[in-house]
Amino acid sequence: MFIEIKNLDIFYGQKKAVKNINLKVKKGLVTAMIGPSGCGKSTLLRSLNRMNDFIPGARVEGEVNFLGKNIYGKNIDPVELRSKIGMVFQKPNPFPKSIYNNIIWGPKINGYEGDFDELVEEALKGAALWDEVKDRLHESAFALSGGQQQRLCIARAVAMKPEVILMDEPCSALDPKSTLRVEKLINDLKGKFSVIIVTHNMQQAARVSDETCFMYEGELIEHDKTETIFTKPAHKKTEDYITGRFG
Amino acid sequence: MTLKQKRIFLDKIFSYFCRITTYASILILFLLLFHIVKAGASWLDWQLITSFPSRHASKAGIKSGLFGSLYLVAVTIIFSVPIGIGTAIYLQEYAKKNKITQLIKLNISNLAGMPSIIYGLIGLAIFVRFLGFDRSLLAGGLTLALLILPVIIIASQEALAAVPRSLRDAAYALGARQWQVVIFQVLPAALPGIMTGIILAVSRSIGETAPLIIIGALSYAAFIPNGVMDSFTALPIQIYNWASRPQQEFQELAAGGILVLLILLFVLNGIAVFIRQRYQRFS
Amino acid sequence: MAVTLLTTVTVIAMLAKESFVFFSEVSIVDFLMGTEWHPLLVPQSFGVLPLVFGTMTIVIGSVLIALPCGLMVAVYLSEYTSAKGRKFLKPSLEILAGIPTIVYGYFALTFITPIIKSIYPDAEVFNGLSGSIVVAVMILPMISSLCDDAFRSVPSHLKQGAFAVGANTFEVVSQILIPASKTRIGAAVILAVSRAIGETMAVTLAAGATPKMGLQFLESIQTMTAYIVQVSLGDTPQGGIEYQSSFAVGALLFLMTLVMNLIGHQLVFKKGKYDS
Repeated sequence: MFIEIKNLDIFYGQKKAVKNINLKVKKGLVTAMIGPSGCGKSTLLRSLNRMNDFIPGARVEGEVNFLGKNIYGKNIDPVELRSKIGMVFQKPNPFPKSIYNNIIWGPKINGYEGDFDELVEEALKGAALWDEVKDRLHESAFALSGGQQQRLCIARAVAMKPEVILMDEPCSALDPKSTLRVEKLINDLKGKFSVIIVTHNMQQAARVSDETCFMYEGELIEHDKTETIFTKPAHKKTEDYITGRFG
Repeated sequence: MTLKQKRIFLDKIFSYFCRITTYASILILFLLLFHIVKAGASWLDWQLITSFPSRHASKAGIKSGLFGSLYLVAVTIIFSVPIGIGTAIYLQEYAKKNKITQLIKLNISNLAGMPSIIYGLIGLAIFVRFLGFDRSLLAGGLTLALLILPVIIIASQEALAAVPRSLRDAAYALGARQWQVVIFQVLPAALPGIMTGIILAVSRSIGETAPLIIIGALSYAAFIPNGVMDSFTALPIQIYNWASRPQQEFQELAAGGILVLLILLFVLNGIAVFIRQRYQRFS
Repeated sequence: MAVTLLTTVTVIAMLAKESFVFFSEVSIVDFLMGTEWHPLLVPQSFGVLPLVFGTMTIVIGSVLIALPCGLMVAVYLSEYTSAKGRKFLKPSLEILAGIPTIVYGYFALTFITPIIKSIYPDAEVFNGLSGSIVVAVMILPMISSLCDDAFRSVPSHLKQGAFAVGANTFEVVSQILIPASKTRIGAAVILAVSRAIGETMAVTLAAGATPKMGLQFLESIQTMTAYIVQVSLGDTPQGGIEYQSSFAVGALLFLMTLVMNLIGHQLVFKKGKYDS
């Protein structure tokens, strides 16, 4: 199995934010996580590459198996894990460096020995940004628009050639047009990478994902093919949510 | 007066008082500058800078004080900056948020509030006498380094804390180790703030007089120090020496020295402001 | 980090050690309660109270001037002036705070003192008032900046609530803003007092070197800090009683500022009743 979560609980101090999750994520697909705000979907996402290690007071119980190994087990180096499971955040967060240096920073510190120019071109093409920025690779990344910055962040993740890219509401800070481009990009990434995307936008989940998980108050209510979730959900809660009765 | 009139009257008077007080305090600044320029401007010439102090006001200059101050700054920076930044990085990025860290932070803020004259007493007891550095540049520089260390630590810590979480997240998500995140991302982003803090701290040390008097810097020196173990004088001490003499010419000479000191400080502060505006990326 | 802890430990150890030597010759009661301070004359006398009174003269005088002025400046900065005005005023006040104390000393001696003498012809050349005024100018930026921070952290809905029932700015400031930030105003005063206690060069130059009991504004006085400077400038032998006495005075000074700073910092970070 690619990613297999077993009996996962996540606490913030005394508060249990994520309760007893059991979930299998398939390789090469786009998996969406939906649910009302505060349902624990972002927390769950951050636990998959141990980014929650940086949140003071966060504590994890249970297992997250990635390629057969529990990432919370002994002898696991979270830094190495993160070079295989990349992440894109809510707000675009490029480094205060040039576009070029944004892309190569991750591979460089991880000892990449190939040709950096090629890597940059490949990553930017992979993120559908190459044509827009190829003439100004050495300009500051902050000169890009918000949507371009977010695609740069995706390119930066792609350049690491990870197995999985986690996306935490990647379009929440973007305008509709940029959102569309990012969604198209996620579709292009399918097959090459596995993508797990948290979104508060149900239409987005329906447009981009193969499978969808619905979470509510820290629990995983339902996980199925996206089509099934949106046409004939098995649970009453899921149905209420996707038909807009709450959330 | 009706109640309404009384209320309007009070409100008006109060706002005028606030305005007048504020502009009066700014006025004092200009008054002070004007007063010093008026007294000292005619003394401010090349001779002032290139001559050693003398019993005759017309021949006296600040050469030894100026060089002494510049050498002192160099010694101070060498000792305070690496330790200051290192401590700030440790406290902000590595130290666990526990009671001991809390205590250290409280300790640092207390040190920052400790009167400079006390630093002079420590310098006298530790560097001059216990370590046997005598009344040397080294002892003076170390004393001033101790004095500005807490200021540098606090400023650096604030600059590091102002680096957004998202930048660290981005770096960690690419599989960076903590030292790589700190050295390659956080520190460069915080550097403008740290530099500003260092410059402000150094300009504070240039004007410090009391600690140097306590450790026994010379009040009269007609030479430029040859090495860190040499005795020295400093610009503010020279100013103090002249200002405390009754003769009119020496008072004016002191104003000339103050002008040089202030120009030095304005240049340094100008650099700090420039850095702050040029590189302010996260705000 | 170790250096900072070491510094504190050294300060305490060193002040304690030198003071201990001093107190083996002069009893601590005589030191703290004595009303005569003439260490350079025979017979020597080491009663620190005249120096404490000298320091208190400066502290009381400067805070009496700087507190009301600093508060009004803070009110003007936070309530009246435009964003543009702030942009000019704040840096100007910072410059005022950044001028070396030796420069203030010179200013006091050559500008403020002559003015005082023209008003009170009986005033001595060195006097407590001149020192107090100049120290007030030095601590004013600190008070106004801390109070400005305090006013701006009062939630705006509180102010808007008062404006909405027809209060004018004076009423909002005096009845909402100041009461809501009184803890932090207190902190500002305490930190300013601590700064004034430790102030050295300005008072050494302006206030004189004559230890006196009582609060004397028009006569020459001597503060604790000025005494330490006087000893250092003189040719007192190292290890002599005068030398040790400066450490004893330093220890007292350290304790006073330490207590003030501890209380001040506690108050700055204490949550007011309006903080969320």
